Amino acid sequence: MKKTLLTLCGAAFIASVSLMTPMLALANEHAHLDKAPIDISDKASLRRGAKIFAENCYSCHSAKFMRFNRIAKDLDMTESEVRDMMIFTYNKKGAPTKIGSLMNVSMTDDFAKNAFGTPVPDLSVKARARGADWIYTYLRSFYVDPNRPTGMNNTVFPDVGMPNILWHQQGLQEPVYEKVNHDGVEVEELTHLKTVVPGTLNRVEFDMFAADLTNFMVYLAEPAQLQRRALGWYVLGFLAIFFVFAYLLKKEYWKDVH
Amino acid sequence: MSLMNWIDDRFPATKMWNEHLAQYYAPKNFNFWYFFGSLALMVLVIQIVSGIFLTMHYKPDGSLAFASVEYIMRDVPYGWLIRYIHSTGATAFFIVVYMHMFRGLLYGSFKQPRELIWLFGMFIYVALMAEAFMGYLLPWGQMSYWGAQVIISLFGAIPVIGDDLTLWIRGDFVIGDATLNRFFALHVIALPLVLVFLVIAHILALHEVGSNNPDGVEIKKNKDANGIPLDGIPFHPYYSVKDIVGVVVFLFFFSVILFFFPDGGGYMLEHANFVASNPLKTPEHIAPVWYFTPFYAILRAVPDKLMGVGAMGASIVVLFFLPWIDRCKVKSIRYRSVIYKLNLAVFAISFVVLGWLAMQPVTETITTLSRLFALLYFAFFVILFITSKNETTKPVPDRVTS
Repeated sequence: MKKTLLTLCGAAFIASVSLMTPMLALANEHAHLDKAPIDISDKASLRRGAKIFAENCYSCHSAKFMRFNRIAKDLDMTESEVRDMMIFTYNKKGAPTKIGSLMNVSMTDDFAKNAFGTPVPDLSVKARARGADWIYTYLRSFYVDPNRPTGMNNTVFPDVGMPNILWHQQGLQEPVYEKVNHDGVEVEELTHLKTVVPGTLNRVEFDMFAADLTNFMVYLAEPAQLQRRALGWYVLGFLAIFFVFAYLLKKEYWKDVH
Repeated sequence: MSLMNWIDDRFPATKMWNEHLAQYYAPKNFNFWYFFGSLALMVLVIQIVSGIFLTMHYKPDGSLAFASVEYIMRDVPYGWLIRYIHSTGATAFFIVVYMHMFRGLLYGSFKQPRELIWLFGMFIYVALMAEAFMGYLLPWGQMSYWGAQVIISLFGAIPVIGDDLTLWIRGDFVIGDATLNRFFALHVIALPLVLVFLVIAHILALHEVGSNNPDGVEIKKNKDANGIPLDGIPFHPYYSVKDIVGVVVFLFFFSVILFFFPDGGGYMLEHANFVASNPLKTPEHIAPVWYFTPFYAILRAVPDKLMGVGAMGASIVVLFFLPWIDRCKVKSIRYRSVIYKLNLAVFAISFVVLGWLAMQPVTETITTLSRLFALLYFAFFVILFITSKNETTKPVPDRVTS
């Protein structure tokens, strides 16, 4: 308890000091991010992404603010389709998890800490915290690194705890180091990754696979965005028409002001 | 109208209607800048109403708050709309208020006999900053948490009582459930009450002395036989129908942001605020929401923490004294000297540039620029005080123009 308090105070102290004096920019070098080729209005892509999410992510990662039946409603699927695709769990009484439930997982933080060295983050709003481009690039940037416990590392998220769960589809990539000239100083840098063991998907197919998953995660982070834009056009249309009447009314009243 | 008579015998309904709307004579030459007062009032109402609905679903509890916001965004019917109205409304409020205040600088609306209107307005502005700051803690994300941590720690710079004061504000040794709960109380009831009362005082003071106008001419000096200002028109219906046009245009821009860019590119809803607050993990880049950034830049520009806090405080406090700093008798910029025009332009540019600077990660160049523009910010008041006493002005007309 004392130790936690000390850490807390330490963290608070560091935060305040780092903000008062010139702001501390943590040395997390920002890797180049690829533009995610996604289209949130593409329901087929979202459905493929949901399937990829269910089969690969959603057993360690929760999406605990999301409900299964919302996915059914938004992605034009029937509830039984969603149940078949996503729900493999049972409640404490032994009944299958209900379609209206939140997308929780049974993995506990303690278990995750033992397995991966860190709790597994919830993915509900991940795309809003990280951005689509980050997720799209991250998913495609795992490489073989024998020094890591999982045998894998990532150029976007160095020393990441997550194993490359998509290696089967992507295959294995190895880093390529090249001499790069930085202001006259030659340094050896990881410039790109090359595939050494092919996966079940080729490069183009895997990029699309990652894009579908990214698209779904962007939807997952804000399901209302599908309705939001549609409603927005109606509101703007109404205001545009109302403007004409408001303007004419003003003109009518003001014609006797000289 | 017997019902109205019955009421009027018991309550000054018609009298108030006439005094503040139907027989409140406003100058007929209001321009674009005069929309922002009524817009500010409307945004206040929008914030109160959307806030009431958010309060019905939000949970001010350290372990539930973050999830309850996502619950509003997903499970509450049109909860996302209510939440975005409120978050967009916060930004809109500051834009409208900054425009409204700048109008005051343009046309000398803070000058005699309107000093109290300006003072009430400044108190509204400070209350609004407190309201926005406390509201920003409520989503309980990383930026909520660490932003509050930073701002509250500023009070720790005050000698002797600093540490006890921060403890008293937080109610805990770190930002925690106690802080969240009290900020919720202050955000949803205490400060809105203060704001509403100050707004009433602001408007009563305005209606006592009458509105200024782009010419800075007192319309009450020229009245007809019935005592009605010759250049005045009844607020209702003339300005009520005109303000409706302003409201529609405003709502159009408001809706574009709300429905198509609700996170404002990360400036209104920051990316880091979609990560639940974590006392053990400091975000790598903490910046306040955009409407506080000019003052934050002044804070960062000063190397010493106490002096920085002092400079930041002074940058706001000095505005209160504007009616006495500006000693020029001529109100409107239309009839003032080139010096004032340039001075005001530099001030406005400095304010915007400071806001931008505070959002950049600190480098030597950024710090140097922050210092330069912080100096220019304060220089406005110094130059104004010196030059306004014997300013060369143009002749002011007796009646309003156009």
